[in-house]
Amino acid sequence: MKPLQKVAASVLCAIFVLMALAAFLVPAPYARQFRDIPNAHPSAAHPLGTDALGRDSLSRLLYGTRVSLLLAPAAALLSTLIAAFLGSVAGLRGGWFERVVLAATDLSLALPWLFLLLVVRAMLPLDVSPLVSVTIAFLMMGLLGWQASVRVICAAVRGIRDSDFLLLARSSGCKPARLLLRHIAPNLRPLFYTQFLISIPLFILTEANLSILGLGVMEPMPSWGNLMRGFEDFSALSANPWRLAPLVLLVIVVMCFQLILPPQEVTQ
Amino acid sequence: MIRRASVALFLTIALCCPAFVSAQSAGQSGGELHFCLHGEPKTFNPLLVEDGQSEAIRYLTGGVLIRLNRQTQALEPALATSWNATPDGRTIKFHLRTGLHFSDGTPFTSEDVAYTVKALMDPQLHSPTGDSFRSGDGQVVVQTPSPDMAVVTFPSPVAGLERLFDQVAILSAHSPKKEMAVLGPFYVADYSPGSYVLLRRNSNYWKKDKEGKALPYLDSIRLDIQGNHDIEILRFRRGEIHLINSLDADLFDRLQKESPAAAHDAGPSLDSEQLWFNQVPTAALPDYKKVWFRSTEFRKAVSLAINRADLSRIVYAGHAQPAYGPISPANHFWFNSKLPAPQYDSAAALHLLARAGFRFDGSVLRDSSGNRVEFTVITSAGNKPREQMAAMIEQDLSQIGIKVNLVTLDFPSLIERITRTYDYEACLLGLVNTDLDPNSQMNVWLSSAENHQWNPKQPKPATPWEAEIDRLMQTQASATSDKKRKADWDRVQEIVAEQQPFIYLINRDAMSAISPAVIGSAPSVLDPHAFWNADVLRLGPDPALGAQR
Repeated sequence: MKPLQKVAASVLCAIFVLMALAAFLVPAPYARQFRDIPNAHPSAAHPLGTDALGRDSLSRLLYGTRVSLLLAPAAALLSTLIAAFLGSVAGLRGGWFERVVLAATDLSLALPWLFLLLVVRAMLPLDVSPLVSVTIAFLMMGLLGWQASVRVICAAVRGIRDSDFLLLARSSGCKPARLLLRHIAPNLRPLFYTQFLISIPLFILTEANLSILGLGVMEPMPSWGNLMRGFEDFSALSANPWRLAPLVLLVIVVMCFQLILPPQEVTQ
Repeated sequence: MIRRASVALFLTIALCCPAFVSAQSAGQSGGELHFCLHGEPKTFNPLLVEDGQSEAIRYLTGGVLIRLNRQTQALEPALATSWNATPDGRTIKFHLRTGLHFSDGTPFTSEDVAYTVKALMDPQLHSPTGDSFRSGDGQVVVQTPSPDMAVVTFPSPVAGLERLFDQVAILSAHSPKKEMAVLGPFYVADYSPGSYVLLRRNSNYWKKDKEGKALPYLDSIRLDIQGNHDIEILRFRRGEIHLINSLDADLFDRLQKESPAAAHDAGPSLDSEQLWFNQVPTAALPDYKKVWFRSTEFRKAVSLAINRADLSRIVYAGHAQPAYGPISPANHFWFNSKLPAPQYDSAAALHLLARAGFRFDGSVLRDSSGNRVEFTVITSAGNKPREQMAAMIEQDLSQIGIKVNLVTLDFPSLIERITRTYDYEACLLGLVNTDLDPNSQMNVWLSSAENHQWNPKQPKPATPWEAEIDRLMQTQASATSDKKRKADWDRVQEIVAEQQPFIYLINRDAMSAISPAVIGSAPSVLDPHAFWNADVLRLGPDPALGAQR
């Protein structure tokens, strides 16, 4: 691991630790409204000030980090697993099966996923807690976000489909499932890992976009996305720069995930 | 020679120094007023108007028989110098101004009034404006005994008949330009779809100022089509537009900080925000929740537990007032001033709930069967004030042990739930009210109405108080005496305050932005807030727009 990767990993670890210890660090529950001091400046009681409803911004940032940083990797894992399965099978089988899978992938890439998410969100039962609601939202993102990875993985499997070691395994009577699990998957592990790491910031940003539209994480639960809705008021933002904290954290996390990606030569 | 040199010197100075010209013309006639429409006008036919953009154009171009003064809320003569409505409320006689012409020069006579009323009531046209006049089966009869007199007789009494004519722009019966020939202060001179609508001064407009000078003062109005409110305010800051007719509290506050002289708060508007519970018997809700929502004590307790003053102070930065009921205090005549002011009292709320069989153990409220009181409030996604209000209501109700879940939905999904599937528990939404007369709310208060949101389209009233409201609304609709109508409507407001089918939260203030360069503006709580008196507006010195000109 290069020094820069070590730094990125350390920063991510520190953020995860802060997130895990949020309950002990925050000055007040994230939903509690101090209505006498809305939009307050940073103080000893509220180190990052308060939001428009008087809620402690630090508490909301740490809990928002928890939501975004726990659920985005989960969604990324789900989408990578789907992509790994579909891409590997399509690449290994080739022929009409590969063409069908890739056509289906292209078709789903062309779908307006945002509207699909809106429709799914509208169809959800209403009596679900905010936590369940946000989990479903990320689950949907995971289920809908595999297409780009499928094409990459399928191309990689196609590249090794006729290699000597697979020919040898086939001639030894190896079944397709075993070929996939014991021979192909270990060879493509760095690629899966890369696809997983690339997807995390993608899902964090998707949630942020949905929240900016008012359709992400439900109030009063915080997430990076709904914390960034306050950026609409640019003049207030320039007068109160500490409100940029969620954006700064998002940029740091996305950069760290990019930095700890394996070097290109390893993934190829 | 000296005189010629003086003229040349004056012209040189005038051409080289626009500010000088601008200062010279301060407060004088002429100039082009700029502001934005938030979408494409759907029609220029004043009888077919149903969207806000077309309404703005109708207001600026249409000549009406009677005009509602947006500031005094009194009816004033316009194309009709006087009028008389018969006591049975079926017939109205107009005495018209003589010697007037449409913008294209066609003379105005009582034939035009007859033509307009017939077109308005034509069932084939489906005029939304005409719907307000439909009172019963039968034909509308228009008599024109002379060119300056028109008598309109409706088959049944029409409540608030005179006021309805404020919406009826008179069309020309003979002009080849059809609806583009107008009697208002401006006419549509140019329209570039997606870009702008240009209105020019109607030199045939009938109105004059106190000095006898022909109105309007402005040469033209350019309405830029701009759907994005942020861009609109940016353009206002740059001086590219002169006014913003309606602002939300957030933008208003930002603007007030930058240029206090341009931000105008006319006070509480007719618009309200309200919360209601789903009381539809067929709704897919657990039976115990239906019992809560039908309980008057429960609804009143929820109402008592909401701190409306905080909603106004925090969400609307003080630019809203706690709402009393269906009529805003801004509606001078129809508001029932005897209604009790909305209260915030958690202890009284708990007392009411205890009386209704609910138990509060210090943190959780349960009904008599032991079910935890918890419900979901839906509201429209992307509407920041509503989302903030919902979050504050959630905290207020948690004080009396009620757990509230918030769900924001895109608007079509929300409408689908509240009007078709009834798959929701409570809803937080606003009502935009443009009309002073309570008749415009018939589609809300009649139990058979589609917009009777808490339990719409009832075959017969589900409760005695809804039956009472039905009776009062029908009585006031057929009464011709305003005093009698007011008494009925006062009682409706009392019943609504007692039963709280809608828990009214706040009335937003009517906020607008008007450049100090606009002289003669007088923002009103009624729409159009900022340009209701466009015929007397003038432009003063305005460096930014002056440079453009």
